[in-house]
Amino acid sequence: MSLSVDIRRSLGGFDLNASFDAPEGVTVLFGKSGSGKTSVVKSVAGLVAPDQGKVSLNGRVLFDAAAGTNVAVHKRRLGYVFQDSRLFPHLSVQDNLCYAARVSGRGSTDPKDVAALLGIAHLLDRRTHALSGGEAQRVAIGRALLSEPDMLLMDEPLASLDGPRKAEILPYLETLRRETGLSILYVTHNMAEVARLATHIVLIDEGHVVRSGAPEELLTDPDMVRLLGIRDAGAVLSATVAGHHPDGLTSLSISAGQILLPTVEAPIGANIRVRILAQDVILARSRPEGLSALNILPVRVLAVRRGEGPGVVVQLQAGDDRLLARITRRSADTLNIVEGAECFAVMKSVAVSQTDIAVGLQTGL
Amino acid sequence: MSGWLGPDEWQAVALSLKVSFWATLLSLPFGLMCALALARGRFVGRDVLNWLVHLPLVLPPVVTGYLLLLTFGRQGPIGSVLDDLFGITLAFQWTGAALAASIMAFPLMVRAMRLAIEAVDPRLEEAAATLGASRIKVFSTVTLPLILPGIIAGAVLAFAKAMGEFGATITFVSNIPGETRTVPSAIYAFLQVPGGESSAIRLVVVAVGIAIAALVLSEWLSRRVAQRISGS
Repeated sequence: MSLSVDIRRSLGGFDLNASFDAPEGVTVLFGKSGSGKTSVVKSVAGLVAPDQGKVSLNGRVLFDAAAGTNVAVHKRRLGYVFQDSRLFPHLSVQDNLCYAARVSGRGSTDPKDVAALLGIAHLLDRRTHALSGGEAQRVAIGRALLSEPDMLLMDEPLASLDGPRKAEILPYLETLRRETGLSILYVTHNMAEVARLATHIVLIDEGHVVRSGAPEELLTDPDMVRLLGIRDAGAVLSATVAGHHPDGLTSLSISAGQILLPTVEAPIGANIRVRILAQDVILARSRPEGLSALNILPVRVLAVRRGEGPGVVVQLQAGDDRLLARITRRSADTLNIVEGAECFAVMKSVAVSQTDIAVGLQTGL
Repeated sequence: MSGWLGPDEWQAVALSLKVSFWATLLSLPFGLMCALALARGRFVGRDVLNWLVHLPLVLPPVVTGYLLLLTFGRQGPIGSVLDDLFGITLAFQWTGAALAASIMAFPLMVRAMRLAIEAVDPRLEEAAATLGASRIKVFSTVTLPLILPGIIAGAVLAFAKAMGEFGATITFVSNIPGETRTVPSAIYAFLQVPGGESSAIRLVVVAVGIAIAALVLSEWLSRRVAQRISGS
């Protein structure tokens, strides 16, 4: 199950030249706005035609400029969730959900199951204008799922929603991934969404694919920090829930030991992923004592990247995982933090926000 | 109503209703095609089509009527073919009155439909295509339901315009009682004879009533199209 894209398109001085494979799972197309992400997804869906190149899904050719193949949008079997939900205003929620079955006869999936999965069962009789942004987007996702696509394309599905509404939908996306096993090509420029959903990342900048790879590798590469944004840089760790404590903390097992975080809503033994921002990690040369921070992990410095500013980004090996820490150049010099140095990474439990914890992803990374 | 209107007056009203009904019904598909082409089409000659559609709005009606007579009259290039092949005569027949009325009403019909089509968000049609709808299905399940109030509004306006058509009609098909004497022609005829004023006044009341009813109906339907598209 994989999508293969190799396209070129010139439009008004902007050159898109994107070549990547999206394996099974959630492939996140990440890049700044204007980097060409949406053009890529539209090309895959057939809403725009590239000048040159090829798009194929599981060996089925959808577009091939050289061979003159350009499969019509409605025959591509790709579900598309747009940034704006694009629900049909003249149809009820129920009729929006059943639209694909009505026009194409695909309809072995029960709309009630999908509605239950997305928490919209109570909205079926509503008109679409009576929905909140988050509800409308969940209906749009359900509508795309019910077209029984071979792959789901999601173009910044949360971008038009405010913070709380985003937090409301993210768990549904995680559930979706787990329950349906459907491969997703997900466009975003939001790092938290990448960290929670991605099983594969394609980094795109100015119309070109800069890097692609697994999140644990790509997100902890100090060379990628500039593209990902320094404030958003951080590692994604897979962890297992080890225990819940009466004082409101949860122990998590990671490869380097145990860490404590504010309550994680998941049963003991559940696999979750946690995003730890580079700016929340402090380094110490010796194991600190008398410190309020609860999480201290022994780490080894893999690389130090100096930027133009006063900060440096340090890549750390923690057990089998990698972490990023952002510290000042002065500290790095004073503490002699160089490649190979053994030190301790210190992290406040409360620094990790609930939005950086993905509990729905049982399959791990 | 036939008690209030005299038999001649009633004949004119009934004929006008018949002529307008057929003029509207038969121009609907052409009106929709033109509106779609003008709203969505990207083709050479789009400006020419736009110009042709709007021409009856700016030409003196008597000119339109005379051009119809030259084209569709028995000796005209199209009229002679229709006569020879199908035995259809339009000149000086109620069917010719319907043709004149539909041509004069056409710009109004196309305009109302075109506005409704342009108000449809093409992104909804894209979404429908990604859900597996072919172009025809997209049109029948998304575009058409959204523009339906606009189509009806265009038809109502065209009907009202057809009811009032005078210049092109009288030039093309004359003013024959029972055949081509529609309400406006009848008012004109009554005003030519002494003592015809009361008949003319009664027909004026009918004409004003129909025109107002059509405008109110068309307004109401236009609001419906806006509501439907915004979803409220």
